[in-house]
Formats: sequence, C-alpha cells, structure tokens
Amino acid sequence: MRFQFTEQEEAFQKEVEDFLKKELPPGWVEESLQWPGGYGSHEVDEVHWRVNQELQRKIAERGWASISWPREYGGAEYSPIEHAIFDERVSYYRVPPPGFGATVAGPTILLFGSDEMKQEWLPKIARAEVEFWFAYSEPNAGSDLASLQTQAVEKEDEFVINGQKTWGSGAHLIDYAWVAVRTDPDAPRHRGISLLIVDMNSPGITVRPLTNICGIHSFNEVFFDDVRVPKKNLIGEKNQGWYYLVAALDFERLMVGIGAFKRVFEMFLDYFKRTKRDGMALKRSYEVRRMMAEMAVEVEVAYMFYWQTAWMLSKGLRPDTEASMLKLWVTELSRHFADAAMRVLGPYGLLETGSKWSPLNGLVPRGYLDSVSATIGAGTSEIQRNIIAVRGLGLPRK
Amino acid sequence: MDLGLSEEQEMLKTTARDFLERECPKSLVRDMMQDERGYTTELWHRMAELGWMELVIPERYGGIGGSFLDLVVLLGEMGRACLPGPFFSTVVLGGLVILAAGTEEQKQELLPKIAAGKIILTLALMEPNARYDASGVRTNATADKDEFVINGTKLFVENAHIADYVICVARTVKTKVPEQGLTLFLVDCKSTGIKCTLLKTLAADKQCELVLEDVRVPQKNVLGEPDQGWAVLEKVLEQATVAKCAEMVGGAEATLEMTLDYAKERVQFGRPIGSFQAIQHHCGNMATDISGARFVTYKAAWMVTEGLPASIEVAIAKIQTGHAYQRATILGHQIFGAVGFCMDHDMHLYYRRAKAGEIVFGDGDFYREKIAQELGL
Repeated sequence: MRFQFTEQEEAFQKEVEDFLKKELPPGWVEESLQWPGGYGSHEVDEVHWRVNQELQRKIAERGWASISWPREYGGAEYSPIEHAIFDERVSYYRVPPPGFGATVAGPTILLFGSDEMKQEWLPKIARAEVEFWFAYSEPNAGSDLASLQTQAVEKEDEFVINGQKTWGSGAHLIDYAWVAVRTDPDAPRHRGISLLIVDMNSPGITVRPLTNICGIHSFNEVFFDDVRVPKKNLIGEKNQGWYYLVAALDFERLMVGIGAFKRVFEMFLDYFKRTKRDGMALKRSYEVRRMMAEMAVEVEVAYMFYWQTAWMLSKGLRPDTEASMLKLWVTELSRHFADAAMRVLGPYGLLETGSKWSPLNGLVPRGYLDSVSATIGAGTSEIQRNIIAVRGLGLPRK
Repeated sequence: MDLGLSEEQEMLKTTARDFLERECPKSLVRDMMQDERGYTTELWHRMAELGWMELVIPERYGGIGGSFLDLVVLLGEMGRACLPGPFFSTVVLGGLVILAAGTEEQKQELLPKIAAGKIILTLALMEPNARYDASGVRTNATADKDEFVINGTKLFVENAHIADYVICVARTVKTKVPEQGLTLFLVDCKSTGIKCTLLKTLAADKQCELVLEDVRVPQKNVLGEPDQGWAVLEKVLEQATVAKCAEMVGGAEATLEMTLDYAKERVQFGRPIGSFQAIQHHCGNMATDISGARFVTYKAAWMVTEGLPASIEVAIAKIQTGHAYQRATILGHQIFGAVGFCMDHDMHLYYRRAKAGEIVFGDGDFYREKIAQELGL
C-alpha cells in the first residue's frame, strides 16, 4: 500500500500544473463561478467559452485530450492514474475537462467503431477539432433512458431521424451530436437502440435554448424532423447502442471535477482567515470552524473514492460500485458545501456577483443554485444508490 | 500509487477471519460481556500461538517485526468478530507505548513477554474530567528518593482489573504548558494503594476506575524520559485512534453484510424487502459511508506507518469512521426491525460497539476542532 505518487506521476502532475499556470489568464481561478459538481455554469459567457476553446486546443496539442488512447490514433497512452492526475489538476484550476468527444465518443469509437470510422474521427477528436454534445435524454426518458423514443429509420444508405432530445448541453455551440436513437421499435427496449453521429448543420434540426436555474443558456431542446444521416455515421452495429452506452460509462467514471472541490475549499479557508465581521475574525466562529472541518472530511473522502476508482482502473478491475459511490459522494458534497456556506455566511451568502459586499465574487448563491443539478445530472443520487445496492451489494431487483 | 494490500496482508486477513469465525463465535462474545474478566485464557493463548501479539514487535525483542499497517489489517478482523479481551489494551495501548518510549532495558524485559502473550497491559490516561489532552492530567507523581509516589484517580482504564501493568500518565512538574512535565510510569497492578473498580458500560468493554493513593513506583519504572511523556503519548494516541478506526471499519462491514443477508431473505408484501428501494437506498448509504471510512482509515494508517505527519488524516479517519459505523448500525437496526431489538440478536453487539468506538479517543466534535486548528482557523 502506498498513498503516494511515483516520481514519474509527480513529474507529470507538475508538468500539467506548470502548463495551466502559464496558459490561464490572470484571475481565471478567482473569477470562476463554476460550482464543484454543478452542471449549470460550464458555458459561462463568450469570453470564458473562447478562452476555454483555446485552452482545449493547447491541451490537445500535448496529447492530453486523448490522454489514455493508443498512440496510433493520436493518444498519449497514459495510465489511468496519470489520467486521473490530469483531470484532478485541470479541475483544481477550474478548467472544464476535455469535452465528451475526447472522453466518451473517442474511446467508444476506439472500442466499437469500424476502421474507417476510427480513421475519420479519432485524429480530429484528439486534436480537439471536433466536439460532440450528448443527445441521450428525452422529455419522457430521463433516469429511465432505455425508454427513449427518438426514431431512426433506414432509407437506402441513410438513417432518417425523427424525435426530440432535451438537456443537450452545448448543442447550440457544438458541431456534432452523439445521438441515441431507436432503430428497432419491436425489439425489447434495450436491444433496439443505436448510436449515430449527426452533423448539426443537417437540415431538419431545430435547437431551442433552455435557460438553467443559474440564468445561463447551457441546455437545449433539440428537435429532429426527417434529419438524414449517412449510414457510415452509425457507431458499431445497429441495435447495439445500449451496450456501447453502458460500456462508455467506464470512460467517464473519473469525470467528477474532483480538484474543484479542493480548490473551492481552499478559497473558503482563505476567505474565512482574512475576513472580520463586526470586529470578530470569522475564523474564530464556531460555525465556521465546524463547517470547514466537516468539509475537510467530506473532500478527503471524495478524493479517496477518486483515487480508489483510478487505482482499480489501473489494475484492470471494474470499479462499478466505487464509481457510483464517487459520483454519489461528490455530488452530495456539492450540495452540503453550498448549504453549509449559506448557513455560515447568513445574509452575505445571498449576494450575487457584482457587489463589493459579495463574498468570493458571489460564488455562494451561484453554488446554491448550481448544486441542485449535481445530484441529478449523469444519474441521480437515487439511481447511484440503486446501482450500488443491486450491482454492488447484490440486492434483488424483485 | 498502490491502494491494495500486500499478499501477506491478504493472507493475514483470511487467516484471522477463519480463526475468529471458528474460535470467537457470538456466543462467546455474549458470555464475555457477562464475564467479569471479559476474556478466556484459552483463546488468548491461541491468539498468541498465531503470532498476533508479536506482530508489531521487532524481531530482536522476540516479535516478527510486522508493520503498523499489518496490525491495522488484523484489527479490522477483530472488530468484525467483536473480539472481546485485552488485545487492544495490551498490544496497542501498552506495546506501542513501550516501543515508542521504553529504554532498551525496558524493551528487553517487557516486549518479549507481550509477544508471548504472557502479560496484560493497559494505559491510564483519562481522569474524571474525561479529557484526552495533557491539561486533563491531574494525577501527580512526586519523587521520593529512588521512587515516585503517585496520587490521583484515573477513569475509563480499559482492562485495568485484569492487567499486570498499567502505564500511568502523571504530572511530575507543574508548568504553564500542560504538554510539558508529564511522565509515563509502568505501574505494577499489585502495588499497594491501587484500588480498581470495574464499571458497567454500554459495550461491556471492561472500563475501570483506578484510584491511586500513595502508590510507590521505583525510578526504573519510568518509561522513557521523565517529564517528556506527552510527546510520545501524542504519537501513540494517533496510532491507537487509527487502530480503533480499523476495528470499527471491520465492525461496520460485518453489520452491513449481516443486514444484506437479512434483506435478501426476509419476505414482506410477497417479495424480499431488499428489493424495495427504501431498503436498497439505506444499504447503498451504508456501503458508501463504510467504503469511505475504510479508504481514509487505510490512508491514515499508511501515513502513520511511514512516520509522516498525519494529524489531519487521523482526525478525518476518526470522524468518518465514527459516523459510518454508527449510521450503519442505526440503518441496520431499521432494516432488521423488531427482531434486531432482542438480546438474542447480534445487531446490538455492533450497535453498542459503534457508539463506544465513536467516543473513545475523542469524538467527532473533538476532531473537528482539531482539524480547524490544523487548518489555521
């Protein structure tokens, strides 16, 4: 047992850290209003979007977007531990992780795509030239994703898609959709789903913005009316989509933005140390001391789930339960942290960005809003508990 | 980074589990709760034969020179089995103090006896003020020729009633800084002036009141440097806290397994209750809390083993483990329903230990304040 990086891992951590320090504009970390675990504040504004796009390209230049892929397809063949180190540092500097193209679409193509598809897409994804948004959820298919209804019908050498997707993060900004469609309405529901890549410039696509609770346009409703997609854009085999989708969960297990929790913890620590209210140093307050001690425990436990999951991946073990525990723990922590900050700061906690009175640039009310999404997106807390209980602990379904 | 146990540790774990399942059934645990001594010499000797008492004692003192992490692995299994008796007080509270503080001569004399299971030890730190810090120590020791004379009352001294020696923490110098001027004494329990009273406690874990009245202790029984006892004790208390966490994680894991077996079997409304999400979510929460507790406990144990500064990690382990074990037993009880509320059932054995473990060596509030201080708040 060794809770310590090897020299090589430490050197890599430093390399990533040096890169981020050099490339990030001044004030980036302090100004970021992204709340750890939240889904609502990623695409904040055009300036941040552009800085981030530029940064993602530079990350890709170093082979870090496709960090764990084989070299043959533009990857860097790093170990799962190094991959985890990378994600930890990037999120610690409050940079959104490489997009779903690099983290999910690429690895899925790598495992299940045809050679032609690999040649066509992987190099572009590795260079961060293309990005995908995830067209999974529908108005009537949320936690029960396998009930999705959007249909794709084969016509000659094309698929024709009709239906509606929702919660499409970044669908208004991103060039390609990674769409789960029903290709066999008569098959048992898990066996009639396929995955397709859809060019967002195709005729018949309507994108309608959804403004999230933070007041940010990050989600969209997307309508597909007779949208034609070439058959070569089918991932792997027809009607196998559900299995690809489940297998792909493996690739995003570590994508919880773990470092942001530590960073925000440190920002609060610093704030409480330097702030007085009514002549009294906040750090002397019992409530502040208790909150920070509680958060220190929860953040450390979150990190332990994180490294445990990474370590298991590095050993070729399947961290199904651990990954669900990680997701459950960090997103519940996202809520606890926001609640605790609100409780401790009192009326000041209500102040949004823009006032000289706002603690931490108005991070707290943003976090209070954004943390609502944490325990819902990418599998609700209840779904995670179901997974832990049924797959991990062997409790019966019926 | 390597978060797995070594092959030897895995083997130790399996051997210990098999042995304790066989030799320490819950019927024995129950009997020992009633029994005044709280252990059987037979089981004690069998454990010694397996090499458990000598596990962390260096080879030159008759041990096998295992690491603290090995001990943590073993303690996990003991917690799982609710093992009664003086292993913890002898090896952790006694052995580790002597290892850390003892002179060469004292080690030569005492450690081989611990290794062979020939003596029972314990630590007398806490007093009626129920504090774990240096300023809580009011018992004093004054030098008189080649002896010290100790006076004071110690409370919550585990297994003092069966111990051969108790390591007594006493003030030898009055100072402004409470951490200075404390000395560790190896006190023979047969000394005149010692009065030991067994206390009845929630977990029947054989806590004692120890009244020392003009107890005379020879100079050579001062453990380590006089007046410098606290520095050693602080380190050993960290080890003891992690050791307790390991025991508690083992107990929590057993609680969860027991509960899962029941949830899979028990049928209500025509189906196993484990198929209801209300029950599944309780179990999911238990498992998550316990896994978290196991990981932070191992991290703290590894840091302590490596001799790295670990105050925050130890505090985190104790808070998380105390919380996880307690919640596991409460939710476990909820799932077992009325049957768990009976003396015949095993749940209360864990429920009792979870609470006792949460409190011993400092509870959540104690360690949260410690973390706040370490963070510079």
